[in-house]
Amino acid sequence: MKLDFLKRKKWVRLELSSQDVREAAAIREAAGLSQSLSTPAITTPAVTSTVHSEGLSHNIKTARSITAAPKDPGSDEAACPDCGAIHSKQRWERSFKVCDQCGKHGRISSPERVAQLMDQGTFSPIAKEVTSVDPLAFPGYQEKLDKAMLKSEAGDAVLSGTGLIDGIPAALFIMEPDFMMGSLGSAAGERITRLVETAIENRLPVIGFCASGGARMQEGILSLMQMAKTSAALGRLSAEGLPYIAVLTDPTTGGVTASYAMLGDVILAEPGALIGFAGQRVIEQTIRQSLPEGFQRAEFLVEKGFVDRIVHRVEMKAVLAKLLRLHGFAPALAEATSAAASTTVNVKGGEAHVS
Amino acid sequence: MSHKLDFEKPIFELEEKIQGLRQFAEDNDLDLSAEVRKLEDKVSELRRETFSGLSAWDCVRLARHPGRPTTLDFIEGIFDDFIELKGDRAYSDDPAMVGGLATLEGVPVTVLGHQKGRDTLENIRRNFGMPHPEGYRKALRLMQQAEKFGRPVVTFIDTAGAYCGLGAEERGQGHAIASNLIAMAGLKVPVISVVIGEGGSGGALGIGVADRVAMLSSAVYSVISPEGLSSILWKDATKASEAAAVMKMTARDIEALGVIDAIIEEPLGGAHRHQAQTVEAAGKWIKETLGDLRALPLETLLEKRYDKYRGMGQYEG
Repeated sequence: MKLDFLKRKKWVRLELSSQDVREAAAIREAAGLSQSLSTPAITTPAVTSTVHSEGLSHNIKTARSITAAPKDPGSDEAACPDCGAIHSKQRWERSFKVCDQCGKHGRISSPERVAQLMDQGTFSPIAKEVTSVDPLAFPGYQEKLDKAMLKSEAGDAVLSGTGLIDGIPAALFIMEPDFMMGSLGSAAGERITRLVETAIENRLPVIGFCASGGARMQEGILSLMQMAKTSAALGRLSAEGLPYIAVLTDPTTGGVTASYAMLGDVILAEPGALIGFAGQRVIEQTIRQSLPEGFQRAEFLVEKGFVDRIVHRVEMKAVLAKLLRLHGFAPALAEATSAAASTTVNVKGGEAHVS
Repeated sequence: MSHKLDFEKPIFELEEKIQGLRQFAEDNDLDLSAEVRKLEDKVSELRRETFSGLSAWDCVRLARHPGRPTTLDFIEGIFDDFIELKGDRAYSDDPAMVGGLATLEGVPVTVLGHQKGRDTLENIRRNFGMPHPEGYRKALRLMQQAEKFGRPVVTFIDTAGAYCGLGAEERGQGHAIASNLIAMAGLKVPVISVVIGEGGSGGALGIGVADRVAMLSSAVYSVISPEGLSSILWKDATKASEAAAVMKMTARDIEALGVIDAIIEEPLGGAHRHQAQTVEAAGKWIKETLGDLRALPLETLLEKRYDKYRGMGQYEG
């Protein structure tokens, strides 16, 4: 599928208010982040197009908070799922559901993630019509699916689409922890595969946010095969010289870890994310001892050499944009839209015609 | 065979009876051949009945049977000139994965597979066929070497799963398997896999992305062990037999789901009682299949492999 999203409408690039910047700095400080935006490694100008808080709260008004339970429904307050610190709901949302007391990254839905990463109004879903069926007539699966469909805006465990990150066109998939624990089934595998193929056709970089309990057992062997299918598609992307950045969020486990989560040219992770192949209970049962503190956390994976860098949620967009620029991708023209039926943008390997 | 499954017992009893009758006839110089023949017909019929009506759980137990031929039995029985190669060149050698060079009808090939032990001591040394990351990395090394020298790859799958332990996690079990999936999807030589026993989840798939995949008729292939599924679904690991049925993990089920290309029939009575014939049947399929694949231009081979995995799964839209 050739994309026409670049001509869809005029992009609105929003500036962060000074209050947003102050809050972000406070969160980073509280989390003890040494790699702050002010270090030369990540320059500040990248921040200027981070999602506007008003746009964010507007975009996610239908998404529910997964782990940060309000004290009572209708309350204006939210408690940190880890340390229990009480935040005003508004502040909790504005801080991307990161606790400024303990640095805990609360779980967020895929639409929330889109709002945090993509320039406002630029996200265009791909393969959203692809949904799960019950190929094995597995007991209780259809009911679970129906329930999850009602609960989740993404419609399956993966939300795929294209859009602009700091003006740079990119293909993005985000796993939805709220949809059957982000389990990888046929529909999720197909959504990722179609996204990767769209990226190849349009010479776009791929960014994948992983959050999954693993393969979806209710689809039996077909879910296992999604690991092969998505890996094969990423193999083609790689052969085309296009980058794939994997971002591992809490939790990334099982079949997802044993496939596309670990195949990134660059692998990032959110602080404290649980990342592993086997579940902790399974390992404890196998080795008959309890696991050491911090085992399978993002920081552990950096230490062991399987993750490049831990990135705080507030900085994620800036880091991704920087990585895309370092791979030769440049912002599409901001006024691309009002131009005529065809627009030329600079993409890797010369010019591509987007019409 | 000391390890008898419950559904095999009537067969064993009848066989013992026949044996006893023969012995009796011989000792007493009697002609009981008519009776013996009658009983032999009966046991054949019983075998046919038993093995055509195996449940998913029966298959799981057959697939795990300690008497089944292992990867090395297949390698030694099918190929010539086998020479084992060891080590991942990064950490260690993993005895749960074996591999090396051999010839098949004079053609050099790379062969590898999960290796279970043939007795308890060997099983301990081989970690019951459950590889660590270094096992998958050894497999990857051998496959990339095969690509370099233009040798087809034949893999044998027989594992309960990739090992779940501290060291396996520390050394990147997920990364090791993922690397094999992407490499095998694009490997520029023909790749053939046979599930000879247990096809346990990612640990099986980690050497199982191939142009053609076959399963032995009582082998199983699944996304999670029946015990694991049962404990998740019903908080009760003892309902594994029900879980096995629900998951559709037998060779017939997997074929119906479009995930494998062929079923290699084991002789009636099972691979564990007819090792040589089973190995021979697998060898026949491998030779034919390899012949077909070698006739394809590389581009077509890779295109077809991609399309095959591209088409896997069922969804709406």
